[in-house]
Amino acid sequence: MDGQDPALARLIDQVDHARNYRAPVDIRGGGTKAFYGGPPKGEPLDVTGLSGISSYEPTELVVTARAGTLLSDLEAALEEHGQCLPFEPPRFSPGGTVGGMVAAGLSGPARANAGSVRDHVLGVTLLNGRGEVLTFGGQVAKNVAGYDVSRLIVGSLGILGVICEVSLKVLPITRATATLFFDWDETRALEQLNIWASQPLSMNASAWHDGRLHVRLAGAEAAVSAACGKLGGAAVAPDAAKTWWSGVRDQTEDFFSLSEANLARRECLWRLSVPNSTVSVKLPGRQFVEWHGAQRWWRTTAETREVRAAAAQAGGHATLIRGADKSSGAFMPVSDVLMRIHQGLKQAFDPACVFNPGRLYAEL
Amino acid sequence: MNTSLRAAAPSQPLREERQAQVVAALNEVLPRGAILFRHEDTVPYECDALTAYRTSPMAVVLPETDAQVAAVLKVCHRMGVPIIARGAGTGLSGGAKPHHWGVILSLAKFNKILKIDVAACTAVVQCGVRNVVISETAAPYGLYYAPDPSSQIACTIGGNVAENSGGVHCLKYGLTLHNVLRVRGFMVDGEPVEFGSEALDAAGLDLISVIVGSEGMLAVTTEVTVKLIPKPQLARCIMASFDDIESAGAAVARVIARGIIPAGLELMDKAMIAAVEAFVHADYDLDAAAILLCESDGSPEEVAEEIVRMEQVLGAAGASRIEVSRDEAQRLKFWSGRKNAFPASGGISPDYMCMDSTIPRKRLAEMLRAIQQMQSKYGLRCVNVFHAGDGNLHPLILFDAEEPDQMRRCELFGADILETSVRLGGTVTGEHGVGVEKLNSMCVQFSPAERAQFLAVKRAFDPLELLNPGKVIPTLHRCAEYGKMHVHRGMMPFPGLPRF
Repeated sequence: MDGQDPALARLIDQVDHARNYRAPVDIRGGGTKAFYGGPPKGEPLDVTGLSGISSYEPTELVVTARAGTLLSDLEAALEEHGQCLPFEPPRFSPGGTVGGMVAAGLSGPARANAGSVRDHVLGVTLLNGRGEVLTFGGQVAKNVAGYDVSRLIVGSLGILGVICEVSLKVLPITRATATLFFDWDETRALEQLNIWASQPLSMNASAWHDGRLHVRLAGAEAAVSAACGKLGGAAVAPDAAKTWWSGVRDQTEDFFSLSEANLARRECLWRLSVPNSTVSVKLPGRQFVEWHGAQRWWRTTAETREVRAAAAQAGGHATLIRGADKSSGAFMPVSDVLMRIHQGLKQAFDPACVFNPGRLYAEL
Repeated sequence: MNTSLRAAAPSQPLREERQAQVVAALNEVLPRGAILFRHEDTVPYECDALTAYRTSPMAVVLPETDAQVAAVLKVCHRMGVPIIARGAGTGLSGGAKPHHWGVILSLAKFNKILKIDVAACTAVVQCGVRNVVISETAAPYGLYYAPDPSSQIACTIGGNVAENSGGVHCLKYGLTLHNVLRVRGFMVDGEPVEFGSEALDAAGLDLISVIVGSEGMLAVTTEVTVKLIPKPQLARCIMASFDDIESAGAAVARVIARGIIPAGLELMDKAMIAAVEAFVHADYDLDAAAILLCESDGSPEEVAEEIVRMEQVLGAAGASRIEVSRDEAQRLKFWSGRKNAFPASGGISPDYMCMDSTIPRKRLAEMLRAIQQMQSKYGLRCVNVFHAGDGNLHPLILFDAEEPDQMRRCELFGADILETSVRLGGTVTGEHGVGVEKLNSMCVQFSPAERAQFLAVKRAFDPLELLNPGKVIPTLHRCAEYGKMHVHRGMMPFPGLPRF
């Protein structure tokens, strides 16, 4: 990408203006994840003008798209060639963009086996706080030239710069999938998931909620049918399975929808990221377990302190996804030494501190 | 850092005085025998596997505990002494090359496996544990650590973290970054730090992404938590011969286009085949212009299904001979040639320099033709192995360091390969790191603003620039000098170089 591009040139002007006047900007794509992290502040900086797939060669397993490209357009283009984003980024609602997907860094049901958004980012073109357009990484899978800034950007919620273009590693859609279910309690489900995860069984996703465990297998036809035989359980019909996993991925399943009334009663949706072998997280409320035990969603009225303590005790962390009161921050605080590095990096990329203030941490 | 320390080649008495001060300070925090400073003791640390570049370190320390590492860092930080962390010294780009005024922090004694957690499928190991030992220790549980650089019997996990090492299976199983959950260690001032977590992600910025592959420039690693994955029940390998290199390159694209992700996909050219066949007798086809090794792993059913599909694609792509490994012994034999490519090159030439660029797969034939022309241009031979699955090329330039002009021509040849790779849309290093070897080539791949941004990232971790100074990111001044040198010699013009 070069600065002559009119859409990019406009963004550079806006960033220059923001820096000169120390006026915060709120980097926006489709706005489908505005609920995630701290509340957006500042003048909107709309990146949807930067759109379109810049290059896609299926045999290279790499696609490069501009930040404002609709995620749905990207996925449709990949599907035409039998390929996909294997980390299944959640879409929440239509209109989400590639830049937003990278900035939020959220991955879907297949994450435990297929890897995360970050694992699939190969390169990023970034507009930093000095108004410079910089490219890190590239369009090849193996690349260790310089620090891996392109992956540092994933999940940074825009605090380091405006994502302009992204190169992603893509993979073929698996040839076969099957979904099985088991009516088990949490303890039994977690134990069995840990055992299965340590065996070569083509496991690709799992979800436990309300006494029922769903397991998705994916891979070569022979491998999937052999694994089905080993796991047992009952099969879910292919169409119903597809709908179910989309609901989990996009959080349109009932469990994830909190009404205004729920929020008013101080009910919150938390995401706990913990080692998959964690026996059981005890909190009041209802739970939805994914990633073979490594991701545990909670709908709870428990205090922030209590939820974070439960996650920390398990060796993980907790994020407040949806809640009426985010005054204690959406993300768990990091150690003093890590916060100093965060502040140093913020200074390195955005010295005037104009990008998305408070989205990640109040101090940044 | 004290600017006077940066001055080139200061007089010997000054260094001896400084050395005495530093050794005295280190003596207060380390046991006897954990500090080496006499020349005969420090000679083995003068270089890593990039042996062409050597520097005598001021001292070498061999701490055994975290507390000792912290204490060494505090002393060096206070006195402004550069610190170069070192694992097994197998790095190929000079990342562990000493600094004339610096201390080598050898982590060789951090060699314990602390925990194998079967339920969580993780291993917690000290940084000096050798890569292959992790898989050996996990084997009784049916688990292994996937990244397998060719040097895996010697290289350490700490070094793998520093370089983001790959190996022949990373197309399917990823690089070090994809297989590491947590890195513990110390900041330059001796403060303990933890990046990542035992969960699949951690709060805040994804700092482990910049730590992995940072070549010892940002922090010192002492403990690593890695993911273990279930060992595939079976692996089989296809060896396919091709009459020309273009067809072999096209075959790689066709395998991928059919939706197959092989566990390994490697290509060797004719000169390399001849060299390794003489060295290990792997039954390679000496008539072939190129051979592809294409591996499938998984359950027996899965492998059977995939091997059939691979054979069909390779046949349709014009393979002149296809052989599928009958059993594990034959599979290992197929791989023995590839894994011995570097030593075999040592057998046919007094010296060789291994390059490590990555290019988009489709540019392979073009790249190999360019290398052929460079052979006559620089008057040196070059043999090629290629991680075809992920586009990572390892041309081995053969030379004789005893011949006065060959080293110089070899360096120019190497730089030419790297710059051609960038022009073709690739990168100057796929897995060996920049170290000192590819500093000049970084000037070609990155703009001044990008390099300035890298230097700012470095300062966010290490404001005084004491960790491995002078490596990885060239200064603006160095790049300006490099640009001038090129124009002066008129050999490698690159104005208006297209960049990805």
